Amino acid sequence: MVLFGRLAGQGGGRDRVVEAGDLASLRATLSAADPELGEALSGPGVQVAVDKAIVRGERVLTAATEVAFLPPMSGG
Amino acid sequence: MIATPTITLADQPFEPGLLVTAFCTDRQETGAIATFVGLARAERGAAAALELEAYPGFTDAAIGEIAQAAIDRFNLHDVHIVHRTGRIAPGEAIVFVATAAGHRRAAFEACDFLMDYLKSRAPFWKKEHGPDGVRWIEPTDRDRTDAERWDR
Repeated sequence: MVLFGRLAGQGGGRDRVVEAGDLASLRATLSAADPELGEALSGPGVQVAVDKAIVRGERVLTAATEVAFLPPMSGG
Repeated sequence: MIATPTITLADQPFEPGLLVTAFCTDRQETGAIATFVGLARAERGAAAALELEAYPGFTDAAIGEIAQAAIDRFNLHDVHIVHRTGRIAPGEAIVFVATAAGHRRAAFEACDFLMDYLKSRAPFWKKEHGPDGVRWIEPTDRDRTDAERWDR
């Protein structure tokens, strides 16, 4: 799992490995460990990418899947 | 002519002049090349440095899609975009955009279109290091309305 922008600061680092079978259980695991981060991940404008493609809704995850949480983008 | 854009994310300073020279080389049918170089401003001491985070593989793909859209919309011969990531000091180039077309209007407009997209919607996360610490930066209203000029 990868956190970008301000989420990385809130989550205490950019990359981590989490075991989860789908996005909902990933969110649940993260929220249980850090409720503030859990809330930030479902905050306004935060998008989710699975293997570098934006996903809306649920998605099944496998062992090597990369999930990224993307806060509102700033432009360059 | 089938044109494919070249998108580069650079984590080190780059030399815009060399990019212009390379982009102009070996063209028979291109009559116009427009380039834009964006530099990091010092903001009279308020900005010691900018820091730009990208998501490699995602950020460059997203920029590539809009560059392809520009090629189709403005009938371009070629596009090259270089965007810095990491810590950028005042005076360093942040972004380079070059567009090649048959005639100048398309090259100018495509360059303008691409910069409006890059400033407002490209997937970067930006923070400014200043005397009072670090702050995250989001697009200004002006950046957004500039980008909306191109929406139909």
